[in-house]
Amino acid sequence: MKLELRGITKNFGALVANDHIELAVEPGEIHCLLGENGAGKSTLMNILYGLYQADSGEILLDGVAQHFAGPGDAMRAGIGMVHQHFMLIPVFTVAENVMLGHEQSKAGFLDLSAARAKVREISARFGFHVDPDALIEDLPVGVQQRVEIIKALSRDAKVLVFDEPTAVLTPQETDELMVIMKQLKESGTAIVFITHKLREVREVADRITVMRLGKVVGEAEPTATNAELASLMVGRSVELTVTKSTAVTGEHALVVEGLSVIDAHGQVAVDDVSFEVRAGEILAIAGVQGNGQTELTEALLGIQNRVTGTITLDGKNLRDLPINEILEAGVGFIPEDRQDDALIAEFTIAENLMLDRADGAPFVKGGALQLKYLAEFATEKVREFDVRTQGIGTMVGRLSGGNQQKVVLARELSRDLRLFVAAQPTRGLDVGSIEFVHERIVATRDSGVPVIVVSTELDEVVALADRIAVMYRGKFVGIVPGNTSREVLGLMMAGEVPAGTEVAA
Amino acid sequence: MTAVDTRPAEPGPVDPDQPSASADALLARRSWKSPILFGVFAILLFILLVPFGRGGKAIFDFTSTSQKDAYQIPLLTLDSHLTEIITAIILVLMAAGSAYFAVKRRKMPLWYVIVFTVIVVFGFLVWTSADTGHNLTITSLLVGGLGLSAPLIFGGLGGVISERVGVTNVAIEAQLLFGAFLSAVAASLTQNLFVGIIAAMVAGVLVSFVLGAFSIKYAVNQVIVGIVLNVLVLGLTTFLYEQVLVGNASVLNAPPQLTVINIPLLSEIPIIGPLLFSQTIIVYIMYVAVAAVFIGLYRTRWGLRLRAVGEHPQAADTVGINVARTRFWNVALAGAVAGLGGAFYTIGSVGSFSQDMTNGAGYIALAAVILGRWDPVRVTLAALLFGFAENIGLAAGPMGSAVPNDFLLMLPYLVTIFAVAGVVGRVRGPAAAGRPYIKS
Ligand SMILES: Nc1ncnc2c1ncn2[C@@H]1O[C@H](COP(=O)(O)OP(=O)(O)OP(=O)(O)O)[C@@H](O)[C@H]1O
Ligand SMILES: [Mg+2]
Repeated sequence: MKLELRGITKNFGALVANDHIELAVEPGEIHCLLGENGAGKSTLMNILYGLYQADSGEILLDGVAQHFAGPGDAMRAGIGMVHQHFMLIPVFTVAENVMLGHEQSKAGFLDLSAARAKVREISARFGFHVDPDALIEDLPVGVQQRVEIIKALSRDAKVLVFDEPTAVLTPQETDELMVIMKQLKESGTAIVFITHKLREVREVADRITVMRLGKVVGEAEPTATNAELASLMVGRSVELTVTKSTAVTGEHALVVEGLSVIDAHGQVAVDDVSFEVRAGEILAIAGVQGNGQTELTEALLGIQNRVTGTITLDGKNLRDLPINEILEAGVGFIPEDRQDDALIAEFTIAENLMLDRADGAPFVKGGALQLKYLAEFATEKVREFDVRTQGIGTMVGRLSGGNQQKVVLARELSRDLRLFVAAQPTRGLDVGSIEFVHERIVATRDSGVPVIVVSTELDEVVALADRIAVMYRGKFVGIVPGNTSREVLGLMMAGEVPAGTEVAA
Repeated sequence: MTAVDTRPAEPGPVDPDQPSASADALLARRSWKSPILFGVFAILLFILLVPFGRGGKAIFDFTSTSQKDAYQIPLLTLDSHLTEIITAIILVLMAAGSAYFAVKRRKMPLWYVIVFTVIVVFGFLVWTSADTGHNLTITSLLVGGLGLSAPLIFGGLGGVISERVGVTNVAIEAQLLFGAFLSAVAASLTQNLFVGIIAAMVAGVLVSFVLGAFSIKYAVNQVIVGIVLNVLVLGLTTFLYEQVLVGNASVLNAPPQLTVINIPLLSEIPIIGPLLFSQTIIVYIMYVAVAAVFIGLYRTRWGLRLRAVGEHPQAADTVGINVARTRFWNVALAGAVAGLGGAFYTIGSVGSFSQDMTNGAGYIALAAVILGRWDPVRVTLAALLFGFAENIGLAAGPMGSAVPNDFLLMLPYLVTIFAVAGVVGRVRGPAAAGRPYIKS
């Protein structure tokens, strides 16, 4: 099916999120949509899927104008969407999620066996391994995403939208998704693919459309270089590699010994991990998602409650301190899941910027918020971190994904830090913003703060790390120098230490 | 490569199946809540039954009052002292058994809780009736218990439907009371019981419409709307009762009563017959309702969509389910079910309406919803527990119990508090219950 968007315009108040957008996607084509954070990509796709109503413009499928009152209409017309935040019901099984909304019944009862068969049939077609009776909440994100794809395909989607599908995937899962997308394309599906990772773009894209500030600013060939694509997106040239001097390290600032964490399911998530981070160095923790990195960082911040071992920062024991005292000790933290753990969507940008500093000057004096100071502070931070917004009074939930992340960064980096822990700090960010965030992390290091960066992106690990710890099933496979080759790191992420590798501590 | 090696390298792959010693120590934490609760009950009963045990005889009578049983079970006479001591020992052993489950980190099975509860009740009955000269009429005790449970079960089912679709239903009390009121008045005016039953459902639906309109359309806090509705309906029915019904009782408040329908053969089985198969139509509807909600919720399209909307409305929306409409009509359905329970108070038992006759049953039904973890069958069991506890409290006094009557009347509430606080602990209800869904 051929998809055409003509003159789509969408205003949010005074903000023009989409300004007369034209886009055509042919069947059997993977069309990449590129653009910086807040460019209006998700808005455009939500209009296509019937979640938002456009102020003007029209959607055509095979030349026929469509009017979608809601996602139900869009789905019936053959449009499927894999949302960045999965739309799956955690307590339902895979089969139940797939059948929801177009259930088949037999004598009044749900025909679960038909749904299971459907899941198996589509899985077999693409070589997935998905158990139709597994509960969604027990599945890793990569598999959940496959369920989303199965969901769309079970409704015979002819146009499939992927909104930043790779942001939460491991490198292996990403590669597998690329294969799936190519298979879908072969079978004649029209695909819209949104991503910030230029490597992926060049791997699968047939055509590329670039958006900036709500407008289409141009098309690019898949053969274009990273630098060309980046400058087209951001409107200036972007430094794609991080420039950093050799680390000038000081004392052992953070010392972790024998750390173990039991997670909410009673599983040993972190298993007897010991390491040190010196002042002024970046320790990157690499590893496939779900090997205990999340729990490790949460233990450092005191939000895991079944923890043994010791955590010492500048000689002070952090373990078992309440969170506010850990914050007071100068620990800055960027959690992996910014929406759930770092921001309050219904609060304004300004309020979110002072969330963890509400217990004293300069933000609070005598129990009263210092609104004027807060406004100045927020305005300054929004400018410094280039948060794209209509103003500091905007609710954070209304910001685009990348801009939300910048708000978290701005808050955490504007405190006096003794330790900085960043989990997936650039997840969902555009190339320009990544450049900026990496610069800030290196600057934090150079100011003598010990930094821990957790990332599943090898690119990011290699770009930032002075030393790299590779985590596998709750343990450190080893700590290696920052210039270790990708091949070795890849093997270590699978739990192997190649012969001849020197493992530092 | 340069390496600052201070520790020997860990060779080869990490063995993930060997948690280290410190992790093992962490795993050893267990939940002691159930054993503690069981222990407290066992000790209380032990003190009551052994040092303060009462001698004499406890006489159990299993015949029904209507004497229609196909077979008459003879009286069972037990020596009170001996029975009390044996019961106390069993309870202590069962409490120890619950500690065993905790040590093994195993979940305590439901039957274990039920058996323990039954034995506690048994011990209390033997103790309280010892040497009073009164027989323990088990059948009528059970029949009375079921009677008190019936409205709780209807209310509980209403709560399950409403909360599973994502609307917290605090207004069960209002639905029961208004159902009782309207069924009495309608049946009285028309002298038609069928009209009375329909009117009860209409009353529940009317309350639901208000709840639905405010909480779904206008996104007002659902708990607040529920509480306001309870107060409103209490005030309204009391006002109408005093101002209108009392003066015209013969026209407006003299409904006929539902007759008992004996199911052939089944109703002649001892104990079970009079308990289950010699009831009014409302109780038979109740059996069907429990089964229908249970099967419907888990096995039909209606149930799947209902649960989806209550768990993750946005996900339901993206597959084309109209969240607001699904919520509104299911809350209405919940009202109809709870309203039926209201009819049980009037045309289902005594006939006429009296002021505040539900007397907080809606709140007990709400507790049953939570204790039953939003599952129709478990909720029914919880409602039965509360109903029987209340009936034992009511019946023990006339049987010559040594315990003051006012204390006995507290029994259902004590059981509620213990049950909800102890057995339930932290449970996960429908994820989106109580949260309005606002599309942007
Ligand atoms: N519901 C809304 N109300 C008001 N403003 C909104 C709303 N949704 C999006 N916006 C604004 O519209 C602009 C475009 O947002 P959109 O989410 O489409 O960006 P995006 O291109 O997907 O960015 P990202 O790459 O960061 O996900 C942003 O400035 C955002 O703040
Ligand atoms: Mg987006």
